[in-house]
Order: sequence, then C-alpha cells, then structure tokens
Amino acid sequence: MANALVNVPARARRGEIIEVKTLISHPMETGYRRTQLGARIPRDIIRLFVCTYNGTEVFRAELHPAIAANPFVVFSTVATESGTLAFQWTGDNGFSATESATITVE
Amino acid sequence: MDRETSRRAFLMGAAAGLGLGAVITVVPVHATPKEMEDAVRKVVGSAPVTKGRVKLELPPLSENGNTVPLTVSIESPMTAADHVRAIHVFTELNPQPDVVSFRFGPRAGHARVSTRIRLANTQTVTAIGELSDGSFWSATAAVVVTLAACLEDA
Repeated sequence: MANALVNVPARARRGEIIEVKTLISHPMETGYRRTQLGARIPRDIIRLFVCTYNGTEVFRAELHPAIAANPFVVFSTVATESGTLAFQWTGDNGFSATESATITVE
Repeated sequence: MDRETSRRAFLMGAAAGLGLGAVITVVPVHATPKEMEDAVRKVVGSAPVTKGRVKLELPPLSENGNTVPLTVSIESPMTAADHVRAIHVFTELNPQPDVVSFRFGPRAGHARVSTRIRLANTQTVTAIGELSDGSFWSATAAVVVTLAACLEDA
C-alpha cells in the first residue's frame, strides 16, 4: 500500500555509527484544512515510527500533524552485529507499514 | 403554505449558518506561546530547562512552510550512563504546539535527527533535549515563512 524507502549501508565495521535514512509516501493530512465548501478534512497522519535492530528498539519518533507530507526521518545507530533493521510506521485509520534492511557487520 | 415554510426554514438555516461562520472566525486558529509553554511543561514536568547544548538547525528563511528541513542534535557520548533520552520539538504559532518527539537509547550512537516539518507562520521553533541524568536543555530558532502551511484550501 504505502511506498517506503530505507537507506542503510550494506556493510559496516563493528562499533561504527551508521546513518539510516527513511522516507514513506503518506499525505499527512493535518485535520486543519478545509475543502472549498468549508467542510473540514479529517486528520490522517502517521503517529509513530519505530526502528528495531535485531529485535531491540534503537529509535522511535512520535509524529504530529506538523510533520511534512511523506515523512522523511534521518537518524543514526551503532552497527553492533550483522542482522536486520526493521522499520514500522503506524497511524490513523489503521495505517501500518513495515520495511526492513539487512546489514553485514565485520 | 408549504412554500412559505420552506422559505422560513431556509432563512433560519441561513441565519444559523452565518452565526456559525462568525463563531469559527472568532476562535484562534493557531497555538499561542502560552499553549506551547503548557505543552513543554507536560513533557518536562517541574524540572528546570536550561538554554544550551541542543543544536537546532533550520533555514532562517523558508519559501514554503509545507516542508521546512530541520536538523536537531546534542553532543553526547551516548553511553549507558550518559546519553540523550529524547528530543522534543515545539512551535508557538502552528495550530498545535507539538511537532515531533524523538526517543533514543545508548545504541543510537549520535543524538542527531533530520526531518521535514510544516510551519503555519513566521515564528520561533523550540527544541527540548532530555538527558539520561534527568536534565533538560533547550534551543530556539527563528524562521521567516513566506508561504504558510496547514491553512490553505484543498
């Protein structure tokens, strides 16, 4: 449904701090806009973004309507071991999207 | 008779509609600095907030309030004993003061995050950092917005 893009380096040295870039397509409708007829457009946003590294949570962001459409979040984490970084976005109207990336640590 | 009633109903409906319109324009459509203060207090409780340590990067002039790049960071060793727990971002003139809360652990490596935010007005943005020792630090940045976000028609 949703189009998510994540950018994680494929390889890293043990203990290195890696940068993770994430982008997901979502309108992030604020709930403050109106149609030309004056009807309020209901809010439809992503509320929560969580990143887990081999099952351990390393980063979390709680989003509000003031986040621009197509939320783009860049953060960092320490490359501790080879494995999977899992990303999850959840929001209004039952919105849920997941994405994952693998990393080789040497 | 029937026509008469519908005309009266129409006029009353129109009057009610006008009244409603007047009420809506009276209600402020943005958060005030006071509301931002309350939102900040909800996060920090009664703890004191000191200026400094937090670095908040925003363009001084933004042509489009719908997408303003924001980078916030705190210098920290990010060890189990001394790390940044969270960074919260607030605005004073958006419809609601909260923008985003980032939560970290020692495994984050750096307490540094970039994203894109919406700004409804020319205003000051505040970032509050929460450290593992329970102290709170803040930084502010003023942004001039040419095209405001949030309030345009769809």
